[in-house]
Amino acid sequence: MQDFLQQVVSGIATGGIFASLALALVLIYNAMGLVNFAQGEMAMLATFTALSLIQRGVDYWIALPVTLVLAFVGGVVIQRVVIRPVERAPVLTLVIVTLGLATLINGLAGFLFGYVPRSFPSPFSVQTVSILGAFASYQDLGVIVVSAIVLVLMYVLLQRTPIGLAMRAAAHQPEASRLLGIRVSWMLALGWGLASAVGAVSGIMAAPALLLEPNMMQTVIIYAFAAAVLGGIESPLGAVLGGLIVGVTVNLAGAYVPGVGGDLQLAVAFAIIIAVLVLKPNGLMGRGSVRRA
Amino acid sequence: MSTLLALEGVRAGYGQTRALHGVSMSVGEGDIVALLGANGAGKTTTLRAVTGGVRWEGSIHFAGRSLSRMSTESVVRLGIAHVPEGRGIITQLTVDENLRLGAYLRRDRQGVRADYERVFDYFPILRERRELSAGALSGGEQQMLALARALLMRPRLLLLDEPSLGLAPLVVRSLFEIIRTINEKEGVAVLLVEQNARIALELSSHAYVLEVGRVAVEGPSAQLKEEESVRRSYLGY
Repeated sequence: MQDFLQQVVSGIATGGIFASLALALVLIYNAMGLVNFAQGEMAMLATFTALSLIQRGVDYWIALPVTLVLAFVGGVVIQRVVIRPVERAPVLTLVIVTLGLATLINGLAGFLFGYVPRSFPSPFSVQTVSILGAFASYQDLGVIVVSAIVLVLMYVLLQRTPIGLAMRAAAHQPEASRLLGIRVSWMLALGWGLASAVGAVSGIMAAPALLLEPNMMQTVIIYAFAAAVLGGIESPLGAVLGGLIVGVTVNLAGAYVPGVGGDLQLAVAFAIIIAVLVLKPNGLMGRGSVRRA
Repeated sequence: MSTLLALEGVRAGYGQTRALHGVSMSVGEGDIVALLGANGAGKTTTLRAVTGGVRWEGSIHFAGRSLSRMSTESVVRLGIAHVPEGRGIITQLTVDENLRLGAYLRRDRQGVRADYERVFDYFPILRERRELSAGALSGGEQQMLALARALLMRPRLLLLDEPSLGLAPLVVRSLFEIIRTINEKEGVAVLLVEQNARIALELSSHAYVLEVGRVAVEGPSAQLKEEESVRRSYLGY
């Protein structure tokens, strides 16, 4: 039982990482009906940025917010420079553009930082603390708290502020929003910036366990896809819920299902994606689309 | 009365097809002007040209300023509220969120609060439905919401595209009563596109009738209403 609880707590921590990246995917999907395949690579580059800051002697808790701001700016710039010129292109074109962006960022990171995995510092100790008889590591708890704070901040921004309201309006109905004076194109840029920042959190939280190298996020993003699809690709709340479920499921499967562990855990993510698409294509919290024939 | 909105020789179209072939018209400060005509005559396109929803040539001036090459967002910020075809309600959001978007550009919090009260006086039903999803409203309620939201923008000019569409006659009556009150009390000028010529001529002081992208007839509404030939050939009643 104790062991089970431990696996659950650690699954929630992993889930927080998936949830952040899944939320980033959902933000952009909502704004432009597009899955941003470069989201993971953007997060990876942000994580390298954080590492560079920390290695130059910047305190972790200063490097974190500075990196998030830089990631935000980077996201806005990418939208303005790379995405905006093809904004009205067919979705397939956009998908190719984000795939190209992913390759570009991956190569750029390899060129700048090399492919040797690097250890990434964590501000949380690996020691464990006993909660209700189960042992949880400070590392896991820290990841849970940081992810929770970021997700709550995002919720407040989107649901409780005028700018968040304008972003949602622009995403749902760009034409009607323009008539209300909302600068829709900038709302898209803002969405990319926020997605980039939230994604960066997942990269920075994942790096201590995974070791930082240019391909670090390539598995994480698959879990994030699973999380987003499970939650219903257009629901931010669903993405968070999906992230937690995927995190816990993968962890428990790794611990208790014989043969599943290490690389095979990824198969669990694919199994979730396929199962959701077959059984409940709208996900847990998606509205689904109704089309008239 | 000074001119608020003036169009001169406006041509516009979608791709290869031209929808407007040189439309000239004007709306005075505080006026209600009706824009009539059959389906496809270019009524909606005229409104869309004003708020930059379609490419156009010619000249459009609002309060003396040229609107040439201005984005929709910028035109709206000058004080034009456009309730488009289909009402432009954001159905995924609540009634209250839609209303808040009407006040999105405004920075005077107290004025906005006062306007909320005023708007709820005009449309008490919206106060009751405030927390509901806007998509759950009936057609008439959605039209009220669209109008209420437009009022919260504190416009000098209101562009209304077929507010009567799909509404029961009784609902249309009360809606037009409110439009008249708004015009009288707030001094908001209205450019009204309508299929329902009879009720539009009653409400407006001046009217233009479009026919395939041109102004075919114009004049004081009272006069157009009386002219048998105009009524027969253009207004169909």
